[in-house]
Amino acid sequence: MAEKIFAGVSVTVTDEGYLTIPSQWTKEIAIEIAKEEGLTLTDKHFAVIEYLRERVLKGEALTIRSIGKSGVVDTKGFYELFPGAPLKKATKIAGVAKPVSCV
Amino acid sequence: MNKIVILGAGTGGTIMANRLYKSLSKKDWEITIIDNDPIHYYQPGFLFIPFGTYKKKDVLKPKADFIPKGVKFVLNKIDRIDPKTNNVFLDGGDVISYDYLIITTGTHIKPDETPGLMDSLWRKKIFDFYTLEGSLALHEFFKTWQGGTLVSSIAEMPFKCPVAPLEFVFLADEYFTKRGIRDKVKIIYTTPLSGAFTKPKCTLVLGDLLKEKNIEVVTDFYIERIDNDTQTIHSFDGREVKFDVLSFVPVNMGADFISKSGLGDDLNYIPTNKFTLQSEQFENIFILGDTSNIPTSKAGAVVHFASEILTENMLSIFKGETPKAQFDGHANCFIETGFGKAALIDFNYDVEPLRGAFPIPILGPMKLLKPTRINHFGKLAFRWIYWNILLKGRDLPVSTNMSMKGKIVD
Repeated sequence: MAEKIFAGVSVTVTDEGYLTIPSQWTKEIAIEIAKEEGLTLTDKHFAVIEYLRERVLKGEALTIRSIGKSGVVDTKGFYELFPGAPLKKATKIAGVAKPVSCV
Repeated sequence: MNKIVILGAGTGGTIMANRLYKSLSKKDWEITIIDNDPIHYYQPGFLFIPFGTYKKKDVLKPKADFIPKGVKFVLNKIDRIDPKTNNVFLDGGDVISYDYLIITTGTHIKPDETPGLMDSLWRKKIFDFYTLEGSLALHEFFKTWQGGTLVSSIAEMPFKCPVAPLEFVFLADEYFTKRGIRDKVKIIYTTPLSGAFTKPKCTLVLGDLLKEKNIEVVTDFYIERIDNDTQTIHSFDGREVKFDVLSFVPVNMGADFISKSGLGDDLNYIPTNKFTLQSEQFENIFILGDTSNIPTSKAGAVVHFASEILTENMLSIFKGETPKAQFDGHANCFIETGFGKAALIDFNYDVEPLRGAFPIPILGPMKLLKPTRINHFGKLAFRWIYWNILLKGRDLPVSTNMSMKGKIVD
């Protein structure tokens, strides 16, 4: 756990840089986290981010599969928006916990 | 007369039929179990079939042999359930009503969810070992194969028996070594995970073993499609892996009637209270095993532990009490690592697999998270235990909830 300043606001993050309090998140913070990930956010990114936040705040678990079937973005598009590890990157930028894969 | 209906006569359903039948008065309770397949498959045995260790006859027995005579066994397909009127609708129009329902219909492979999986090479050069037909077909292929690239891939998380594809590549390494062609066989393991396994300590141990056995691991590989013409699998991020033979774990999903009944998530798993094993939606419905969405392994050993908790909770509810027993997600799995050795992992919702001795501290005789011969004999002995103790709902000499005894915490 650590304090980090994004867009002039101090937030708490995990060792891997995920916000621990989703309500501290703002669009400005998202833009700065995205920069650290080498991404410039567009409206398409924000549509996905807002969808992810909505689902997490409802207590739902996220999977790439369910996001790809959501109608907000397809799996291919999700990879294009957040290249490499889309779920890990997108949740970090969305200010929610890193999804755990359970066995 | 109170009616209990159990959907699915696999590991979970059979155990529950035995446990409840023993615990309840015959004159007040009627138990019905419904399944569309008369055969009980010893699914852990499918892994050994491609390598000729087990034959078809080693993994089959009639389901009826394991269901108590006083339990009504209905052989039919479930069309849907209506949880508001407490009715189960079967193919052909039969309706069975219940007071309490247990859904334990498991998880099954859905090869048609992956584009290209069931094209021209299906069961010719592309196989699954999660069905008897698939593992038998792969055995026929392996017998005459002279080498090339063997790729073992996982389509989607979660899937049944999360260690099985790892065991598969370990056993393949042994099989081709013994056939004297290991130098002609390249083995590649692809996974959508970022490592060999989900839990950190176990991933390290298994990662080292894979390296030692010269098995290449491709991580974060989320499969988009399979190209049968070029014999390549493609990931969503544009990578590709070529294969001469592909052993594939297709997308796993719960039974179709679950979505038809409006009970499941996007993979047809039913939202379940992970402690009490009650449905999140309906108080008189209980979910056991792979059918549930609880965050632990989809495996028979888990179902066995969970069945003890579920029995206790159902008996409490029948007495008008609130269910008190809490499942901890206990999983206990042998991992075959080849050449007559196996590792053992024991973990739950909160504790990842650790090193140590099992079940008795220091003495073991089994060792956790380390390949040993005695663990391998444990795995082979499990088949006898499965048919003779586990399915019949008898207790195993292992605690229901996980014990920290013998575990080493770093």
